Amino acid sequence: MTINVKFFASMREYLDQSEVDIDTDGTQTVGDVWLQVAGDKPMPDNTVCAVNHTQANSSYPVKDGDEIAFFPPVTGG
Amino acid sequence: MAVIIVEDQFDPWQALQVHQQSHLASGQFGATATFIGTMRDFNEGDEVCAMTLEHYPGMTESQLQLIIDDANQQWPLQDALIIHRVGDILPGQPIVLVGCWSAHRAAAFDACRFLMEALKSRAPFWKKETLSDQSHRWVEKNTDGYSH
Repeated sequence: MTINVKFFASMREYLDQSEVDIDTDGTQTVGDVWLQVAGDKPMPDNTVCAVNHTQANSSYPVKDGDEIAFFPPVTGG
Repeated sequence: MAVIIVEDQFDPWQALQVHQQSHLASGQFGATATFIGTMRDFNEGDEVCAMTLEHYPGMTESQLQLIIDDANQQWPLQDALIIHRVGDILPGQPIVLVGCWSAHRAAAFDACRFLMEALKSRAPFWKKETLSDQSHRWVEKNTDGYSH
């Protein structure tokens, strides 16, 4: 399955990439996606995860075609 | 109800007037509450010269619409408008406008406050400041508006 992964703000700088498509059969959860794209870099404690524009925790299951995003706490307004 | 993300400087007062004239019927609302957030030239004890506002296209708009939907569930609103700036911003420029129209003031006041606080905690925007020594830093978190 193919999953689109996006990174924003300080997370983009932390991982030195803004977006990547991954092809995988073994990825089950948002946390698995992180392990695949971040390698040995740990997920910062305050990381926010989103699946298809909705916040989700790292145990949330992913499916083919999902858009996953990782970013720091929001600071707009 | 409208959610607008803008990349260029905007005039919140003009935007309010334009929206009201094009979306609301005169005499149908008795209260308009507004909040305008403007960039400061100081933060955390440092002089801030400029700021870049990043957002997550798609999720930002959907989250703001959900926030408006939540407000509509709680208060009898005639209309609501959220405009938020992204891109490079200078001190004194508007960042965000929230406008609420209702028959009576309680709903307009309370919904406007709710929309702004929900935006601050749920909408995916991020601020990166440029300080007077030209160094950059990300704003790490928003404060709780109800405790300040």
